[in-house]
Amino acid sequence: MNKIFLIIKREYLSRVKKKSFIIMTILGPILMAGIGIVPIYLSMQKTQMQKIEVVDESFLFTYVDKSGDTKGLIPEKDNVHFDYPQISLDQARQGFFDTEYDAILWIPQNVLNGGQKGIRLIYKQQMSNSAQSYIESALSKMIFNVMLAKNKVDPNFIKDAKDKASFTMITTQVDKDGNDKKTNTGLYTAIGLVCAFLIYFFIFLYGVQVMRGVMEEKTSRIVEVILSSVKPFQLMMGKIVGIALVGLTQFLLWVILTGTLYSIATVTILKDVDMKQIQQKEQTIKIGADLNFSEMKHNADTGEIAKLWNDFKSVDIVAILLCFLFYFLVGYLMYSAFFAAVGAAVDSEADTQQFMMPITIPLILSFVVAQSVIQDPQSSMAFWFSIIPFTSPIVMMVRLPFGVPAWELALSMSLLVIGFLFTTWIAGRIYRTGILMYGKKVTWKELGKWLFFKG
Amino acid sequence: MNNILSAKNIVKRYASHTALDDVSLDIPSQSIFGLLGPNGAGKTSLIRIINQITGPDSGELFFEDEKLSQKHIEQIGYLPEERGLYKKMEVGEQALYLAQLKGMSKVDAKKKLKFWFEKFEIDAWWNKKVEELSKGMQQKVQFIVTVLHEPKLLILDEPFSGFDPINANIIKSEILNLKKQGSTILFSTHNMGSVEELCDNIALIHRSKKIVDGAVKEIRKAYKSNIYEIEFTGTMMSFTNSLWTFGKLLEHTVDGDYCKAQVQLVGNSKSNQLLESVLAAVDIQSYREIVPSMNDIFIAKVNEENVVGTQSNFTE
Repeated sequence: MNKIFLIIKREYLSRVKKKSFIIMTILGPILMAGIGIVPIYLSMQKTQMQKIEVVDESFLFTYVDKSGDTKGLIPEKDNVHFDYPQISLDQARQGFFDTEYDAILWIPQNVLNGGQKGIRLIYKQQMSNSAQSYIESALSKMIFNVMLAKNKVDPNFIKDAKDKASFTMITTQVDKDGNDKKTNTGLYTAIGLVCAFLIYFFIFLYGVQVMRGVMEEKTSRIVEVILSSVKPFQLMMGKIVGIALVGLTQFLLWVILTGTLYSIATVTILKDVDMKQIQQKEQTIKIGADLNFSEMKHNADTGEIAKLWNDFKSVDIVAILLCFLFYFLVGYLMYSAFFAAVGAAVDSEADTQQFMMPITIPLILSFVVAQSVIQDPQSSMAFWFSIIPFTSPIVMMVRLPFGVPAWELALSMSLLVIGFLFTTWIAGRIYRTGILMYGKKVTWKELGKWLFFKG
Repeated sequence: MNNILSAKNIVKRYASHTALDDVSLDIPSQSIFGLLGPNGAGKTSLIRIINQITGPDSGELFFEDEKLSQKHIEQIGYLPEERGLYKKMEVGEQALYLAQLKGMSKVDAKKKLKFWFEKFEIDAWWNKKVEELSKGMQQKVQFIVTVLHEPKLLILDEPFSGFDPINANIIKSEILNLKKQGSTILFSTHNMGSVEELCDNIALIHRSKKIVDGAVKEIRKAYKSNIYEIEFTGTMMSFTNSLWTFGKLLEHTVDGDYCKAQVQLVGNSKSNQLLESVLAAVDIQSYREIVPSMNDIFIAKVNEENVVGTQSNFTE
């Protein structure tokens, strides 16, 4: 036992001290924080001012004021500016390329009688999506209001009607004791997918490290010296556990660093912009067409966040976290034993391909299955894949936030532990023979024979 | 004599061939034992079994009359034929790690490593990575790691391969030193000449079978051909006449009146009788027995086996 500890210590320290570990630990959170911050930051960057020449043949969007000047009615935005010269479309197009305008907006005469589909935007260079959708929604809103006025409908009445018709269902799950449980499918999907992805990522990243480590020992021939001091199984398990600890360390550091970086970034880089503004910006990008109800929607959103937080609290976070840790670790242990066996069976990295296949297929399969399990977490496919040890770490994590009967969870967990013991036993036998076998191209048949060799 | 290690009827089979076929060995304490044989004879398989890296299919091993078990691991030091260390690890750190795996405490290991590193004048490498060292330097480090925990049984597989002559001599004298301090050394080599002079006992392994074993002196005696080389000045004629019935002239060279002849004793003749007889006839410059080398014995023995083999083939 003491020797296993020595091996774990060496495997752990030799990796944690590596430059690549330190670089990855620092780069990871920067990348992750970047993924979160860059889109927000970019959306806040003022896009170039777009000057647009409006040719309004419907006269719906222009009026002549007391001094005889033509004024426009289309609301402006900080990066979209409208001018209303009294010219025809042909005039506007003539020499358009030499004018300061970025685009011509042509509104046909019969815009209230189906002509809105003929509204054209003619530009020199591709205009940003946000500007285009802004123009569309602004015109749409105005046409809408004109139509209301023409039919003598009070806009407030419509707003009121829309308000009254707008809602999201409150979903409630009842357990067998009759207690209510709030649910939020979107949130559960997100939690499940994130956990599943992390497990998938972790198994691959660190499983391959186990394989490389085994190969390093085999090709440098140090393995024979070590095996004269410890049992092959001790060496294999020491390596697997040591690398698991490396993974957990890196993971923990990422969580801490990402959190710190994110909060620092939101305070410093984005300090001049309050969160309200950010939300508005995001809104304009996402739902430009909904300009009408932007204000209302905004209010709803603040409520949404509070609701989300409430739902989040309603999820049994501790239970999910514990399950995550369990599937995360045992799933990794089960697969990495196979990775170790592959490392032991081959002489070079190039030979690993044929043996990697059976390891990667169930992993990829479970990730694919996970996508459809989200649609129906209680289907029989979801059940079986979350029970079978090879796919259960990923599929069960997706199902968990939606609630899984205790017996299913217990069955899945115990099968996973049995699976882990079984694969480790098999892998240990392949490992023990392969690690001392040099210069031999190993076949599947050969591997099968190794299982039955006497130690 | 006490045996530090006894192997009884060891059999080891792999999928397609038998690596060891009913091999028994006794290695006396405080001696140097040579395990000799050509490549692929089964030496490494036997060594791996002694090191408990693999187990035999049948047969038993005893370490100082106890059944060989995990607790004996700490009393065995092993230098494999294919040397290897973690390339990216620092020398000192690595030596400490391997010593601790052999059950030494960190403090103890550090103290002894310091002693050995100074002895081999390599203490400046402590913080260097193994990959920065030359092959010879790595071998020294590996040798130190093998002997550091003062094993009772030291197993050296092809110990001198990879060392330059100077370092090979250092290692050789260290091995003799360790023997003096009470260790038993098991050499395994296909290069029989390299360890012949060091070994007290040997076993010859050929095609997974032990074909000869015993004390080197005894084996030599058993296989000696009673051939003497005599250098003298005088005439071949008087020399040949003086042989009488004691010896048979096998071959000779003549260079003026300087002659060299090989004579085999005949019947129960003694070497002294031959010497006395030729002393009177010619002027003797040197007189020595031609001792068969292990290589000669091995070849003779293998030929013997092959003849037996062919005969049995014929009888089939």
